[in-house]
Amino acid sequence: MTGLWTLFYKEILRFWKVSLQTILSPVVTTLLYLLIFSHVLAAHVQVYPGVGYAAFLIPGLVMMAMLQNAFSNSASSLIQSKMGGSIVFILLPPLAYWEFFSAYVAASVVRGMAVGLGVWLSGYWFAPHAIAHPGWMLAFALAGCAALGALGIISALWADSYDQLAAVQNFVIMPLTFLSGVFYSIHSLPPFWQGVSHLNPFFYMIDGFRYGFFGVSDISPWTSLSIVSGAFLALSLATLWLLKSGYKLRS
Amino acid sequence: MHKRFGSLHALRGVDLAVEQGEFFALLGPNGAGKTTLINILAGLSRATSGSSAVMGHDVVAAYRETRRALGVVPQELVYDAFFTVREMLRFQSGYFGLKRNDEWIDELLHNLGLEDRANSYTRNLSGGMKRRVLVAQALVHRPPVIVLDEPTAGVDVELRQSLWSFIKRLNRDGHTIMLTTHYLEEAETLCSRVAMLKQGEIVALDTTRNLLGAHAATEVRLKLVPSQLPEGLRAMLVGEEDGCFRLALRHYGELEAVLAGLRVAGVEVRDMEVTKPDLEDVFLQIMEAA
Repeated sequence: MTGLWTLFYKEILRFWKVSLQTILSPVVTTLLYLLIFSHVLAAHVQVYPGVGYAAFLIPGLVMMAMLQNAFSNSASSLIQSKMGGSIVFILLPPLAYWEFFSAYVAASVVRGMAVGLGVWLSGYWFAPHAIAHPGWMLAFALAGCAALGALGIISALWADSYDQLAAVQNFVIMPLTFLSGVFYSIHSLPPFWQGVSHLNPFFYMIDGFRYGFFGVSDISPWTSLSIVSGAFLALSLATLWLLKSGYKLRS
Repeated sequence: MHKRFGSLHALRGVDLAVEQGEFFALLGPNGAGKTTLINILAGLSRATSGSSAVMGHDVVAAYRETRRALGVVPQELVYDAFFTVREMLRFQSGYFGLKRNDEWIDELLHNLGLEDRANSYTRNLSGGMKRRVLVAQALVHRPPVIVLDEPTAGVDVELRQSLWSFIKRLNRDGHTIMLTTHYLEEAETLCSRVAMLKQGEIVALDTTRNLLGAHAATEVRLKLVPSQLPEGLRAMLVGEEDGCFRLALRHYGELEAVLAGLRVAGVEVRDMEVTKPDLEDVFLQIMEAA
């Protein structure tokens, strides 16, 4: 277990050493969204009865920031060591592929949670709100970050350049998180786009997470948690399989 | 062992055993397959067919054992920009399952002249210093087998010497050393046995002494007055340039016979130089012939 623990610690230290960029900057960016959108739309949007728009926005923004940062943690660490060649430092030791997986995913969860906590605390100060079901909140936060951590590994393994990885980040992760109901309830969409939203796995992460806050959601949190856990499981199995086969790591 | 990368046949039936405690050189021009072979041993690459073992453990089936037994200094000057030298060495120890290793880390830092740089970020080190860190990283778990893939490329003379005296000490302590280098005089002075690879095949495998003896002769260069080689010595002549005759000697004893022959013929020696064969001559001969 020392190997796994060391790799996990190294990954934590890696983002912690550049925490202005990896924690503070996403917190500030997300707060800007909160300030602008809540200011512009507060008078026009009432999503759930008794929940102000600023408060409604907070869980979605927290989850969005968590997911993006969980993805970016494993993905950027891995692509940097792949491109720079320092990946050999973890390929030469007797680390098992599951240790590799666990350390990267766990570090992604920690980074996601750290950013999420930062966004939530500052959002709370901005628009105080109660938490209806902290257990649900935590379950969705963990499952969502872990799934995105695994997706980050897959993307960085696949990418042969920084550019390719940025394409995944900008053309897949960003739109899926933005269009997952962060800024609106999907019930406000026309039926066709509601259907499309149901195909977006990020929607279930955000909807379930929001249930943890307000005890209200577009669909049952059990359904959402099954889908999110299923996604995490499928992504994990795929990542483990890629790592075991040495895909783009061991020629 | 065979290794193919698409249509490129990088290793063509390499069959090689390095004994425990040896100081072994793997030589060959660029693209001969040296690094491929090392990568397969280290688990960075997989053989297309055939198998390899380190200290009796198969590199695929028992990868944990083989990686623990192996310390590899990679050829590329790689580093992790986020961490200091000491952090890197602690991580590397941890990956090998070693929790407290600072005593040995300090000894490595001392022996590699890195003491002053322990808390420097690796990205701020010079090329030679980065190379030393790579050596320290490879040795952090005291591996019985040490593989050095061109460890002295781009390294100054002082470090080269201190590096080799440290590696020689490890070899005396029982560590097996496998080395690739383009500096053939290093291989000649350090290694007891040599394998030469060309286009993925072993073209020579013998002790350094045998290779030197079999492939290159000691030569004597003579400037004579009058500039005429006596008939009796013509058989030994291998070349003639700038008014100098080059004669091949099978051993030093023949030098006496050469001098005697010159005396008898009344030829005076104006200048004389004896050159010993070196591994570079042998290498070039073998590579040309193969």
